[in-house]
Amino acid sequence: MAKMKSLVCRECGKEYPTKAIHVCELCFGPLEVKYNYDEIMKGLSRKKIEDGPRSMWRYLDLLPVESASVASVIGPHAGLTPMVRAKNLSAYLGLDELYIKNDTVNHPTLSFKDRVVSVALTRARELGFETVACASTGNLANSVAAHAAAAGMKCYVFIPSDLEAAKVLGNLIYKPNVVEVEGNYDDVNRLCSEIAGEHGWAFVNINIRPYYAEGSKTLAFETVEQLGWRAPDQAVIPMASGSLLTKIWKGLHEMKALGLIDKVQTKINGAQAEGCSPISTAFKEGRDFFKPVKPKTIAKSLAIGNPADGYYALKATGESKGAMDMVSDEEVVDGIKLLAQTEGIFAETAGGVTIGVLKKLVKQGIIKKSDVTVAYITGNGLKTQEAVIDAVGRPFRIQPSLVSFEKTFKIGKNGGGDA
Amino acid sequence: MAHMRFHIRFPEQKIKEPIIYQIGHEYKVVTNIRRADVRETTGWMDLELSGETAEIERAIEGMKKKGVTVDPIELNVVE
Repeated sequence: MAKMKSLVCRECGKEYPTKAIHVCELCFGPLEVKYNYDEIMKGLSRKKIEDGPRSMWRYLDLLPVESASVASVIGPHAGLTPMVRAKNLSAYLGLDELYIKNDTVNHPTLSFKDRVVSVALTRARELGFETVACASTGNLANSVAAHAAAAGMKCYVFIPSDLEAAKVLGNLIYKPNVVEVEGNYDDVNRLCSEIAGEHGWAFVNINIRPYYAEGSKTLAFETVEQLGWRAPDQAVIPMASGSLLTKIWKGLHEMKALGLIDKVQTKINGAQAEGCSPISTAFKEGRDFFKPVKPKTIAKSLAIGNPADGYYALKATGESKGAMDMVSDEEVVDGIKLLAQTEGIFAETAGGVTIGVLKKLVKQGIIKKSDVTVAYITGNGLKTQEAVIDAVGRPFRIQPSLVSFEKTFKIGKNGGGDA
Repeated sequence: MAHMRFHIRFPEQKIKEPIIYQIGHEYKVVTNIRRADVRETTGWMDLELSGETAEIERAIEGMKKKGVTVDPIELNVVE
C-alpha cells in the first residue's frame, strides 16, 4: 500500500487521487495530502530516522513523494539546518532555554523555501512535468530557479516589472525564463492563476501546492529530533500565507501519531509585521476570519495581504492555545540587529519579525522563563541588506599608522592606555 | 464557454447589497456560489463564473466597481 492515500479537501472532506490538483471541484476548498499512517508506522522508528541522510530527506517516509530513496529526489541536501542553543539571547530575554532554528543556512538558496521547493519539484517530476513555474518576489523564485537548474527542468519565474534589480539578478543567474509582468502585484497574481489553469506546467504554489506545502513539516520533525525527541513548549513562527505555521503544527502531531514522541504541548505563536498583519490583527481582535490588506512593510517576504492559509493559521494557533502579534518596521530592524549581535546570525527581515514578536511575547508573560522555546528564522540577511543599511553605523576610519589606530581605540602608548 | 473560479470579499457597507444577483443580470455570465460566509461585518464567497471570457472579465470589473475585492480562488500566490 502506498504511503499517500489521497488528496482530501480541507473543508468538505471529499477525496481525490494524488495528481496535480489543488482545489476541490465540489466546494472549491483547498486540498491537502492524506497519508496511510498505519502503513508508514510499520517501517518507521527514531533509529531509522537518525541513520538516514544528513538532510530533511531523512523524513522521506513522511513526505508526499513516491521516490524510495534520497538518491532520486530533487534537492537532496535541503534542510537539517542547525538548531542553535541561543544562550546570549536567552540571557537578554530572561529565558532558560531558547533555540534558533536557523534556516538562514539552508541549501542551496539560504531560505526555508528550499524545503518546500525540493518536495514540490520531486513530486512534479514524478507526475511527469518537465516545466516548473512560480510567481515570486524573492525567496521562492531563487529556490525554484536553482532546483530546476540542478534537475535540468525548464523553469518560468513570474515577477512584477518593478522588482529591484538585485532580486532579478538573483534569479537570472540560474537562467530560468524570468518573465516581468507589466502590472502590479494583483495583476501578476491573477495571471499566474490563469496560466496554471491553462498550461501543463507544475506551478509549485498553485497546482502542486498540496505537496509543496508539506515540505514545511520538516521544520517540525527536525525540531523534535534536535531537541532530543521532544516537542518545544513554545514556537514562534513568521507568517506570510500562514502555511508554514499550519504545517509545523501538523508535523508535530504526526510525530505523536506515529509514536515518535509522547505529547505535543507546544503553543504555536504567529508573527507578522504591522504593515501586513491580516492574520495577527484578526487574532488580536478575536475574529476567526481575516480582512485582506495592502502590504506596506520592509518585511517583503511576509507581505501577503490575502493569505491562502490565514484561516487555518488562526485555527492552529487557537487549538494550541498560542498567540499572535505584530511589530513595526523599526522593531523588525531592531530584531535583526539583536539576533546578529547576540548569536552571530544575520537574518532577513522575516527573522527580524520573529525576534521582535518573541520579545513582545516574553515581555507580556505569554512565553515564560522556563518554557522551552524555538524561534524559526527562515531566511538569510544577505538577501535584504537594504533593510538595515541605515541602522548599522559606519566603519572606523583611520590613517595607515599605528598612532592613528591606537588613538582611535584609546589603547597602547599613543591612546593613553598601557604601553 | 469558459469557467473561472474566484474568491470575492464584500466590505461591511456592501453586505446587504444583492451584488451577485446584479452581476447575473448586468452581464451574460452564470454565477454559481460554491461556498460562502456572510455576516454582519464581513462576507466572502467562492464563486464560479461561466460565460465568454471577455464577458467574465467585464463582470469582474463590474464587481470591482461595486466595491467588491476579486481574487483568484487560490488567493495570493506571489510569494
